[in-house]
Amino acid sequence: MSMFRIFDVSGSAVSAQTQRLNVVASNLANADTVAGPDGQAYKARQVVFATTLMGEVGAAGVRVSNVVEDPSVGRRVHDPKHPGADAQGYITYSNVNPVEEMVNMISASRSYQNNIEVMNTAKGLLLKTLQMGQS
Amino acid sequence: MQGLTQTLDFQAQALVLRSERQRLLASNIANADTPGYVAREMDFASALRQAGGLDTGRLAMASSHAGHLDPGDGARDEAGLVFARGSQDAVDRNTVDLDRERASFADNSVRYEATLRFINSGVRNLLDAMKNPNQA
Repeated sequence: MSMFRIFDVSGSAVSAQTQRLNVVASNLANADTVAGPDGQAYKARQVVFATTLMGEVGAAGVRVSNVVEDPSVGRRVHDPKHPGADAQGYITYSNVNPVEEMVNMISASRSYQNNIEVMNTAKGLLLKTLQMGQS
Repeated sequence: MQGLTQTLDFQAQALVLRSERQRLLASNIANADTPGYVAREMDFASALRQAGGLDTGRLAMASSHAGHLDPGDGARDEAGLVFARGSQDAVDRNTVDLDRERASFADNSVRYEATLRFINSGVRNLLDAMKNPNQA
């Protein structure tokens, strides 16, 4: 029964989008994190989506194939009084761009809603199919 | 007896194809954010012709003996999906047009339900025809 695969397909997409939201949340939480004297600040993370086949032709789900770190250097601010300042008196913030993360969050939540709607529609149709020939 | 259930058979084939298309559209919507994913679409009319055995041209096999099997009726190549044309180019080479997919999804679910109703009314007609006219 091919319609039941929709729950696998959309379910995998929903869980992938949840992971994306999780990553966005930890990025935003660490937006103002300051590096210690070793200069290692929090690096922004991004999930990478990949298509995964669901056993049948035409059923393609989503999985998170990788979580990559943004290698760029974080913002550096001169503040010699800060306890995390290095020898030159600079502190390094994380390289999270809050605007990018907010856009990412909105996109993820829209995709999440789309997939939930797909599952609701499929569920309604399957329930009606169960009543076939009874009315 | 074939005429009695002919309409029902046809509607059943259409229902199976509708559910396959629904799954296909769900996959497209699920992969709306996957880089490099190419959206696929089903040519419903030709798929239905193939399922009904009306269009066996693509699946015809050479038979040199009268005893050879004919894969015509009801056989259909499942890989006969086409790539949906992307409306806009994306940087990540994803060709899913979410607006179109959602519209197709809504359209397909309405048609699925319509097919279900056709089947239900066909069953009801058959049951009515089987009733004893002296009762009721």
